[in-house]
Amino acid sequence: MSHSHTDQEAHNAEAMSEIKKVTIILSVFTIIELILGFWMISMTSMALKLAIKGTIVILMMAKAFYIVAYFMHLKHEVKNLIMTIVVPLMLFVWFIGAFLWDGNSFRNLRNDYNPYFKEQATIKVEKKEEEHGAAKHEVIETKHETVETKKETTKPEPAPYY
Amino acid sequence: MSTTTTASPNEAKLWGGGKSPFNSEYGKVMMWYFLMSDAFTFGAFLISYGTVRFSTNGWPNSNEVFRSFPFAPEGVHAPLVFVSIMTFILIISSVTMVLAVHAGKNMDKQGVVRNMILTIIGGLAFLSCQAWEWNHLHSEGAWWGMNPFLNADGTASSTNFTNFFFTITGFHGFHVFSGVVINIIMLIMTLMNKFEQRGHYLMIEKAGLYWHFVDLVWVFVFTIFYLL
Repeated sequence: MSHSHTDQEAHNAEAMSEIKKVTIILSVFTIIELILGFWMISMTSMALKLAIKGTIVILMMAKAFYIVAYFMHLKHEVKNLIMTIVVPLMLFVWFIGAFLWDGNSFRNLRNDYNPYFKEQATIKVEKKEEEHGAAKHEVIETKHETVETKKETTKPEPAPYY
Repeated sequence: MSTTTTASPNEAKLWGGGKSPFNSEYGKVMMWYFLMSDAFTFGAFLISYGTVRFSTNGWPNSNEVFRSFPFAPEGVHAPLVFVSIMTFILIISSVTMVLAVHAGKNMDKQGVVRNMILTIIGGLAFLSCQAWEWNHLHSEGAWWGMNPFLNADGTASSTNFTNFFFTITGFHGFHVFSGVVINIIMLIMTLMNKFEQRGHYLMIEKAGLYWHFVDLVWVFVFTIFYLL
């Protein structure tokens, strides 16, 4: 409109280079995530695993930022519009923290006060590797039952599983 | 924060009436608010998954569950490979959507049509991959209420894992499907010169917002289900 022709062209070139840049960033972050994921498969150290999971979460948030800010163009909107969208999303900070904390506490409580729940986490079930499909499913089902019937002989009233 | 301390004359003018204070079209602002509410829906799903996972002693190992690949010979396991292809399909289709929006801003009908077609192809490719994966998992005995996979430590698992997996990827897949339908409608409207007559391609921008949101959600679903 009020832009001159060359202004428009410069703006276009700028937008295109931004799209290119964000595409590369998203691809690189995804590849790093996948490399970390592959690395994690054969890992035994829990602490290192946790650190890598933290890194993956940070990369995930960075990818989300780039998609929202540049692909969805939020960064170039008026500040008031950005705030009406970003501020309500702050609820997620409480949401994630409170609920994960609650889940963790629930597990600890059950491990402390529900011996059946705790024992379930120690009984190994053999897995038949070669069969697949419904047959495999049944094998596990029956194992389930034997575990439960064995329980019933020692304890008359098993607490619910969950 | 010197820019926000006082109501500058600029700001007073912004809210003084006579023009859009958000400098954005009504439909686009409403699309943002819809996406915000949708983000809370997906957030609730994913956080409840996290809560249940944190409250359980064992959980299946995703690298053992999602290790199959179409046309792979029997016994060949490739964890993460198939889902990384799905992720890249969605990222690329998001890029073509940005290019379609960009072409729309320049009133470049050819560019919009070309990039919308590519975006639709990307969406359909993603849906096909997901259909294959669901079908494969179902053939292994996984479904709502059925979990053939043991926990990573070899203990018996509950059905929580498959319930959450099928519900959340299903809800996301439904969003992809509706996004593809919206994109097809936008493509038809472009081909019918609707936007040329209106003088703007704002509808493409709104469809684009929705499509990017679908990609955004996949970033979270992919990370949480397949990597963590």
